[in-house]
Amino acid sequence: MAAERDLKYTPEHEWLLVDGDVATVGITAYAAEKLGDVVFVELPEEGSDVTAGRVVGEIESTKSVGELFAPVNGTVAEANSAVVDAPELVNSDPFGEGWLVKVRFTELPDNLLSYDEYAALTGE
Amino acid sequence: MTSQSTPDGTNAERTSPLHDAHTAAGASFTDFAGWQMPVRYSSDLAEHHAVRTAAGLFDLSHMGEIVLLGPEAGEALDYALAGKLSALNVDQAKYSLLLSRSGGIVDDLVVYRTGDDRYMVVANASNRDAVAAELRDRTAPFDVEVFDESDDIALIAVQGPAALSILLATPGLSADAGALGGSDFGERLSALKYYWSLPAEFETHPVLIARTGYTGEDGFELYLAPDNARALWDALLEAGAEQGLVPAGLASRDTLRLEAGMPLYGHELGLDTMPAQAGLGRVVNLAKDTDFVGRAASEEGPDPEARVLVGLAGEGKRAARAGYPVFAHDDTTGEDAEVGVVTSGALSPTLGMPIAMAYVAPRFARENTVLHVDVRGTRLPFTVTALPFYSRKKR
Repeated sequence: MAAERDLKYTPEHEWLLVDGDVATVGITAYAAEKLGDVVFVELPEEGSDVTAGRVVGEIESTKSVGELFAPVNGTVAEANSAVVDAPELVNSDPFGEGWLVKVRFTELPDNLLSYDEYAALTGE
Repeated sequence: MTSQSTPDGTNAERTSPLHDAHTAAGASFTDFAGWQMPVRYSSDLAEHHAVRTAAGLFDLSHMGEIVLLGPEAGEALDYALAGKLSALNVDQAKYSLLLSRSGGIVDDLVVYRTGDDRYMVVANASNRDAVAAELRDRTAPFDVEVFDESDDIALIAVQGPAALSILLATPGLSADAGALGGSDFGERLSALKYYWSLPAEFETHPVLIARTGYTGEDGFELYLAPDNARALWDALLEAGAEQGLVPAGLASRDTLRLEAGMPLYGHELGLDTMPAQAGLGRVVNLAKDTDFVGRAASEEGPDPEARVLVGLAGEGKRAARAGYPVFAHDDTTGEDAEVGVVTSGALSPTLGMPIAMAYVAPRFARENTVLHVDVRGTRLPFTVTALPFYSRKKR
């Protein structure tokens, strides 16, 4: 697992770990904390095409529903079945075992945030 | 990711006298009726389970407390509220409703008789001002005075099967020195019945201990002056730690009360809802031999077609949430018709299935009727189920 400092971020509180043409995507610890205990995760099917900015999944806590946005254009290479079976991984290890999808992308959007930019956004 | 939940209440103006304790315990806060209150400390699920299996400690200092004092306090409340409060014994409590003239619900309340001529009415934080104003207005013809004591009373709840044992182990709690009765504090607390209260002391300061709550578990609510709240909070936490007591936030309080089938003002109850629709017809005492505000409308009752409150149990893990429409198959048209709306819903932490409360047209309110809730574009089956979803096993 890469250090949080090396990840890319979106204003929708998602993180991306870019490795070649595959981005692993999850939600940040800040987002997981705000949601509360996650009890249900719905992820896109492997092989499905996703469009940056579109809703591709849901993350439900006891109190609220969060939407998962695709941060990039591409194809879902893998959805984390472990997190579907154990949604609490989103809370216990948001930057690690709680990852949500891997997307094979064509190009990265230019509006992704650095660690410092994201930290400034959340004020933490 | 974006969230539909309420953002953190950094704009909320009011804070509890226990705010520093919550911050020190790492609480996340939410804006609740203008108050910054703890929504959770670490995990709302863990806090929920702690209340079901051991105990949770809640800060409810945002609740409103309105005191009525005077020789006609009981008669005044009989006129102002739906129940017959003059029939309460001293130290007894009763769940009641403040109705509008048209029979809608201005607030739901717990009323404690704390003396021959003294009552304390506990109102929802969001309705505190409305309740105080209505009580002043409605009781004006009676020999009684109304005091909004909300700012001078803090409220701490200990809820869960270990609640009694935790209170018994808490140093500084003792019987009211002026109280009659002979037997010791422990005996009297253990013998305290549901919806009764015991005037007591915490380190020589008065505290009213009531066996009431909003979680479906055994438990107590403790009313005392804000200045003494922190010391009591800390003493309870320390005494309860080894019995599994944890501080619990409003998120767990909401899932606990939902499992227990208890209505929440603003969700199941409101001005446009009559008690009979909410299954609270028993709270409106039409046998009372005096008039009360809302009586005529209550006697007439709601429109027979008015929607009624039901419990809904689903399958899988996806919750039906407040505001989601409820559909039923209409055999005459062959199409699905919207017949109701969800007012509260969650994946039940105790039962593991989605549960909800909803208002539906009366002909779809029969138990075991299968309805469909539109969960963000997907219609999922839910079965009408008797409330509560969860009842504790009585010893």
